[in-house]
Amino acid sequence: MTQYRVLPGPEHFLPPSAASMGICLPDPGEAHINGVIVPEEKAYEEAAKQFLMAKVPTLFPGPLVLWAWNEKAAKKATAIRHLYNTIKECVQPGQTPMLIPMPDYRPKYPKINPEVEINPNHPNLTIWHNKIDCCMFIGVHCHQANLSLKIIRGGTSCYTIAMCAQAGHEDAMLSFRDASVEKIMKLADAVKRLKGTVKPRLTSAKNGA
Amino acid sequence: MSKEKIKISEDLYDIMPSDYQDLVKSATYGKEDRGWKDIGNSKELIEQHSLCAGCPESMAFRYILASLPNPEDTVMVGSTGCTSLVFPMVAVHNIHSLFGNQNAIASGLKRALSVRFPGRTKDVVVLAGDGATVDIGLDMTLQAWFRQEKFTTICFDNELYANTGGQESGLMQKGFVAKMAPVGKLFDKVRLPEIARESGCHYVIQCTVSKPSLVEKVVRNAVMIAREIGPTYLQLYTPCILEIGKNSMEGLQEMRDSEKPTERFAYREYISEPAKQLLAEISAKDKEKKAAAKQLASQGA
Repeated sequence: MTQYRVLPGPEHFLPPSAASMGICLPDPGEAHINGVIVPEEKAYEEAAKQFLMAKVPTLFPGPLVLWAWNEKAAKKATAIRHLYNTIKECVQPGQTPMLIPMPDYRPKYPKINPEVEINPNHPNLTIWHNKIDCCMFIGVHCHQANLSLKIIRGGTSCYTIAMCAQAGHEDAMLSFRDASVEKIMKLADAVKRLKGTVKPRLTSAKNGA
Repeated sequence: MSKEKIKISEDLYDIMPSDYQDLVKSATYGKEDRGWKDIGNSKELIEQHSLCAGCPESMAFRYILASLPNPEDTVMVGSTGCTSLVFPMVAVHNIHSLFGNQNAIASGLKRALSVRFPGRTKDVVVLAGDGATVDIGLDMTLQAWFRQEKFTTICFDNELYANTGGQESGLMQKGFVAKMAPVGKLFDKVRLPEIARESGCHYVIQCTVSKPSLVEKVVRNAVMIAREIGPTYLQLYTPCILEIGKNSMEGLQEMRDSEKPTERFAYREYISEPAKQLLAEISAKDKEKKAAAKQLASQGA
C-alpha cells in the first residue's frame, strides 16, 4: 500500500497525479480522505469540519449543475444553494463563505475576473484572489476537475473536496463518489450538526491565501 | 447543443457572470432571420477577442457569427493561426484541429453528426487562415472537396503567416516582401477559388469583409448549399494591418481599395447549376413568407 498522501500544497509546480502515486478510488459507499479509503459517513464529518474551520469555505459549481440541461441538474443546483446557505448560517463572524461558478471550460483570454468565476485552466488565480482555503468542486466534468485539482494542489495550500458524480477524484484531498441530491443534503446536515463544535482558523493558510 | 439546453439553473442564476446571462436572455439563437443587423441590438456570439486593435479578422468574425443560419446546431472547426485565439470567446461549438487538418476533422464530424442526429440539421463550418487552408492543409482541403463533403470552408486570407511574424504563404501576392520573407514572393498567388471550382465546390466566393451585408449573404448561401448539395468555399480578404504596415484605422480602407474591379480581391463568384436552383427556391420561399407576413400585418391594421 502506498505511503503517499494527498495533502494541501503547494506540492510543487507540477505535482505528480495522485493516481500515479498509488492512490486508489473508493468503491460505492466509500470515500477517500487524503488518499485513504474511508466509509462515506466519516467523509461527511470531515468535509463539514473543513468547511467550518476554513476562513473562506467555497463551493465551485460547474456546468453540469449551473445549466439546467435536465431535471436532475436543476435539483442538484437547488441542493447546492441549500448547502451554501447552511454553511453561511453555521460559520462564525470573520468566516466568509463563497459560491463561485465555473460556467464553462474555455481558456479565458485576455483575462479572467477571479471575483466572479473560476476557470479550470488557471483555478489558482481565483483561489489566490479570494484567499480561499477550502473548496468543493461539484458538477464539473471529471477531466477538467482533475486538471483543476492538480493545479490547486501544485500552487496553493487550499483544501480541496470533490463531490463527484462518477467514481471520485484521487487528486482531491477528500472525495465523494456518485454525487446525488441526497448526498449534498446529507453534507449540509453534517455541517448543521457540527455547528459551534469546530474552531475556525484565525488566519488563512499560508499560500492558498 | 440545442436551445432547450441553454437554460441556467434557477437557483444558481444570480452567480452566473453577466455575459452568460446575456447569452441566454438576448442572443439570437433560433432566430430565423438573424443577420449582421442584430449586432448592437442583441448579445453577440463573440464576447471579446484577443486580436490586434483594428484587425479586419475581428470584423469578419462578428459578421460571420451574426450570419450563421443555425448557430445552436453548428460546429465550427478552426486551425492554428490568429483565428484560434478567438475561438475560446465564441459561443458556438468549436473544435481546434491540428494545423492543416481542419477539413479532415470536419469531414468526420459532419458524417458523425448526421449518423448521431439523423432528424436534425447540423451544420459544420471550417474557418481557418490561408496557411492552414492553402499551404499546410491543402491536401485535406482538396480531398474534402473531391469527396463532396457537405460543409463550408471559409478561408481568412491575409496573404501571409501573420501571428508568427510574417512568413510567405501560398496566397501571398507575387513580389510582396514580408518581415520574414525578405527576398519577395517569386510566384503568383495560388488561385484557390478556381481550384475550388474544379475540385467540385458548388459555391465559391472571393471577396473582402468590408460590406457586412455581403458577408451575411455569402455565409448564409454557403451554409445552405453545403447543407443540401455539397462543399462550398469562401475566400475572405482580412488583411493583416501590422504586416502590411498599416495603422489600426486603415484596415477597412485597405479592403475597399483591394476590392475594386481591377484589383486582386474584386468580387468573384461561381455557383453550380444545382446550387443556383436551390438559391432560387430559397429566395422564392422567402418572398412568399414576406408576402404572407405583409398580408397578415395589413389585415391586423
